[in-house]
Amino acid sequence: MYKYDQYDHSIVTSRVEEFRDQVNRRLAGQITEDQFKPLRLMNGLYLQLHAYMLRVAVPYGTLDSRQMRMLATIARKYDRGYGHFTTRQNIQYNWIKLDEAPDILADLATVEMHAIQTSGNCIRNISSDQFAGAAADELVDPRPWAELLRQWSTFHPEFTYLPRKFKIAVIAADEDRAAMRLHDIGIQIVEKDGVHGARIFVGGGMGRTPMVAPEIKDFVRLEDLLSYLEACLRVYNRYGRRDNIYKARIKILIHEIGADEYRRQVEDEFVAVKALGIDPPKAEFDRIAAFFAPPAWESGLADAIDRSDPDFAVWLDQNVSAHKAPGYAVVTISLKPAGGIPGDASADQIDLMADLAEKHSFDELRVTHAQNIVLPHVRKADLHGLWTQLREAGLAEANLDLISDIIACPGLDYCSLANARSIPVAQKIHARFADLGRQRELGELKLKISGCINACGHHHAGHIGILGVDRKGTENYQLLLGGSGAEDVSLAKITGPGFSEDGIVDAVETATNVYLRERTEGERFLDTYRRIGMEPFKEALYG
Amino acid sequence: MTDTLLRFRDDALHEEPAVTLDSFLGQSNATAVRIESGDDARVLLPHLERLALVEVSFPKYRDGRGYSTGRILREAGYTGELRAQGDVLVDQIPLMRRCGFDSFAPEAPVDAAVLEASLARYADVYQPAADAHVPVWKLRHG
Repeated sequence: MYKYDQYDHSIVTSRVEEFRDQVNRRLAGQITEDQFKPLRLMNGLYLQLHAYMLRVAVPYGTLDSRQMRMLATIARKYDRGYGHFTTRQNIQYNWIKLDEAPDILADLATVEMHAIQTSGNCIRNISSDQFAGAAADELVDPRPWAELLRQWSTFHPEFTYLPRKFKIAVIAADEDRAAMRLHDIGIQIVEKDGVHGARIFVGGGMGRTPMVAPEIKDFVRLEDLLSYLEACLRVYNRYGRRDNIYKARIKILIHEIGADEYRRQVEDEFVAVKALGIDPPKAEFDRIAAFFAPPAWESGLADAIDRSDPDFAVWLDQNVSAHKAPGYAVVTISLKPAGGIPGDASADQIDLMADLAEKHSFDELRVTHAQNIVLPHVRKADLHGLWTQLREAGLAEANLDLISDIIACPGLDYCSLANARSIPVAQKIHARFADLGRQRELGELKLKISGCINACGHHHAGHIGILGVDRKGTENYQLLLGGSGAEDVSLAKITGPGFSEDGIVDAVETATNVYLRERTEGERFLDTYRRIGMEPFKEALYG
Repeated sequence: MTDTLLRFRDDALHEEPAVTLDSFLGQSNATAVRIESGDDARVLLPHLERLALVEVSFPKYRDGRGYSTGRILREAGYTGELRAQGDVLVDQIPLMRRCGFDSFAPEAPVDAAVLEASLARYADVYQPAADAHVPVWKLRHG
């Protein structure tokens, strides 16, 4: 894991002082709420329906146990004893007092954490593969690249008032666990002639106008990467639309001028930017990469696991993934228990996960964009003991990638933008499919719920997506099918007229029944949908 | 406007008023120009020699195009006065300084003490820009 040096500390500490000064000026009435808004937003502080919400950055989703415990401490000290892990691999607290926000940042700084650029029209927290450094299928650990980008983008003087927010993801495996091509910039680390470089996609995103990012460059050398990205951002900053907030994302610019014209402008700009010498030397990348050296995995460990406990065996099959080192496994802890709020964890649960990471996972945890927690490096021999402790804490739900592993935005229960509630719908769907055997019969089925068209719940990328809308003052839910945020990326399509809150639960069940009836051997829900198309589903839903 | 002008230059104030980009390009003797936020600053690059003042408009604090304008002019070697005019807020001036601006004409008054504190706040920066700050990667590797 990356560790701060004196410079990182100095920058984050300065930010705490700056924000404290800004809050004091606001509380003293020296600046208006209008003037304060861009300042607090640059620091992840939103005014929600009931209170301030603070979003804390978890760079590329990686944490150690000390940082995780601080998240629990903040939940207890400044909030109501819980936190909410987000689709951007961050955590947010929903019940924050403005005058305490600077103290929270000061506490975070003691464990090398911050809330810098977790909102605002700037480059947001860099996201990445939650299995980075552990996945059996990765080319290389993408996190040194992500940390390089974190530093470059932090307080970037030119790109802090972009037309709109800007999200970057970095992966280094063929399997895409980070929805890379649904980001403003998606980067896949690839190999060419024995050298690693960046394959760059620009202009993806969800929101009102979902787009899959086209490839802009097949290979950018590490020593050119920051110049290339500055060129990408500068073209956007100068020519992205500013007349309409809903058309201001880079995807709209690229859609309007075309990927080829955008690429041409970036290449021209790159020539100018490259001459400035803004790319750090290889030694800086190597310095960062050294922090991500693989932990000291033991050799000679057995791969066999005692599967005699049937409940354990189910969890093993569902929530445990292949690790690159023999005798190790990657564990995903589900934050989607029946009746719970997707992504929520209590302070006690956060502390327990920190303890387990310290004891069983080389002190490392990850937050996933699907709002779960990963222990990346667990000895297979320790899995049963780990599972037993998770089960006692209500953290052993064996539903990874099943229909109840739902991504949901906070919805109208918290969010001032929402048109409809998301959380109760997620809970009702989970209750409808409560039987785990039934869920496993349905297999991989990614269900995602957004409470408004801003799509924070990623409904466009759901195998089944649900979009909450307001219809004449009543919450109404549209059903979408066929999306994917993975390497087989696609955008879901709306089936037809929307449903009531209970009706949407029936509609989901109807769609799964069509799948069960139509599927062929080995097909996932998504595969069947792609083969047979929308019509059989429409027929069953509306026929 | 001059009474709220904040300057970080030692030379004398340029007396000639800034003209629009079109007027500037149409007359060979103008030495001061005003760039609206949608204008392409690169059309000025052949004329940098005769320019003493470039005023960049910030119609709203959210409109960040001027940050790119500032850097582009400095990167091309412009050494004259670079002024940010308009909805320029005290918390933005440090970033504008980094993009090469050395004079400010904010529409609303700026608290001098707050400005001084914010300009002095960050000793270290992560990335090079159009100012004298040395990025931390250079400090780390000499």
